[in-house]
Amino acid sequence: MLPTPDTSHVSFDTIYEPSEDSYLFLDTLSSASESKWLSERLPKNQEASPLVVEVGTGSGVVLAFTAAQSQQIFGRRDILTLGTDVNRNACIATRKTATTAIQAEQQPSPQSIHISSLTADLCAPLRPGSVDVLLFNPPYVPTEDLPRLPSAAENDPAVSEAMSRSAKFDNDSYFLSLTYAGGADGMETTDRLLDSIPGVLSARGVAYVLLCKQNRPDDVMERIRGWGGWHAETAGSSGMQAGWEKLVIVRIWREDSS
Amino acid sequence: MKVITANFVTCAVKECKTSPASFPLHFQDAELEQQELDFQPEFIRNILPRIDWEALRTISNELGFPSLPDSKPEGDALENEQTLRDLHRLLLETQVTEGKLTCGNCGHSYIVKEGIANFLLPSHLGEKYCLFVSTVFVC
Repeated sequence: MLPTPDTSHVSFDTIYEPSEDSYLFLDTLSSASESKWLSERLPKNQEASPLVVEVGTGSGVVLAFTAAQSQQIFGRRDILTLGTDVNRNACIATRKTATTAIQAEQQPSPQSIHISSLTADLCAPLRPGSVDVLLFNPPYVPTEDLPRLPSAAENDPAVSEAMSRSAKFDNDSYFLSLTYAGGADGMETTDRLLDSIPGVLSARGVAYVLLCKQNRPDDVMERIRGWGGWHAETAGSSGMQAGWEKLVIVRIWREDSS
Repeated sequence: MKVITANFVTCAVKECKTSPASFPLHFQDAELEQQELDFQPEFIRNILPRIDWEALRTISNELGFPSLPDSKPEGDALENEQTLRDLHRLLLETQVTEGKLTCGNCGHSYIVKEGIANFLLPSHLGEKYCLFVSTVFVC
């Protein structure tokens, strides 16, 4: 088994702790079938260096793994990684998780390069058509309300440092709710991400999105196929519950234009 | 954030995406730090096809780097080690630790603090902000 990136430096006060869904991502991306698919999609000697973007990185464990195991996953090491998260602490954590994992796994070079972690809402600051591999482990739990997005000011380290104990508790709970609360059907945030896929993915681009059974993955895949010119397939799954896969990872990509 | 990031980001305001003035975002008051990385000439060659050269020339000037060639290196120029080393230094070894990234279309500035750029829009502006930008500045 390929090693899981070290996240011992991460404080899980406001950041999602790597769990079953995170590990399903690692196992799916490094599976023989998926790495074969990706190596053929982004062939080393024909295609420019891929940009791999994870949205909502949390601790950074998935993006760090992808960077550090790029040889196993993509058959090449010239991978650029970029992460976004609405929580600035998660961005700081991801930067460290990614650079540490790359150092640990890719000696001597060539090495993948983590180019930055950005505080952002989903793909909002990304240049259209620039992402080759998009990874998203969403807040997928159905909840009555969807937590609002934090503002730039709420991510100001000076503000949280000045908080009282009870204000910090409320603030931590709020940021943690952003990691799991998905609103109606657990799909409100995922739906916004899906909407951005055609704009942000490159022609050769592919997205991996995790869904739980309450998200109705079959309906979601059917909807994507209905965009016209798009494929959606199950790339990985785990944990049968009452005859249903509890978690699935869906691969989404454009039909070849050739 | 590494300088190469600027090649992949634009203004977070939706209405700005279609405006050519929103790319590249402009660095202001940037504080830089060099972080040594192994020189990987093959990697630089594989990155180059993805780089918007005009935008990189602009960014390089704004950050006070020596002028880049008028056109993107190709053919024999890709065998020139000094050219590749210069690009390696600018794109991958140079980190922007503090400063601002400003949209040339709507004028909004995104703050970079300790190397993390914040692209969340201010809460009191939010949706209204987009409307304001699109009506007043014609986003």
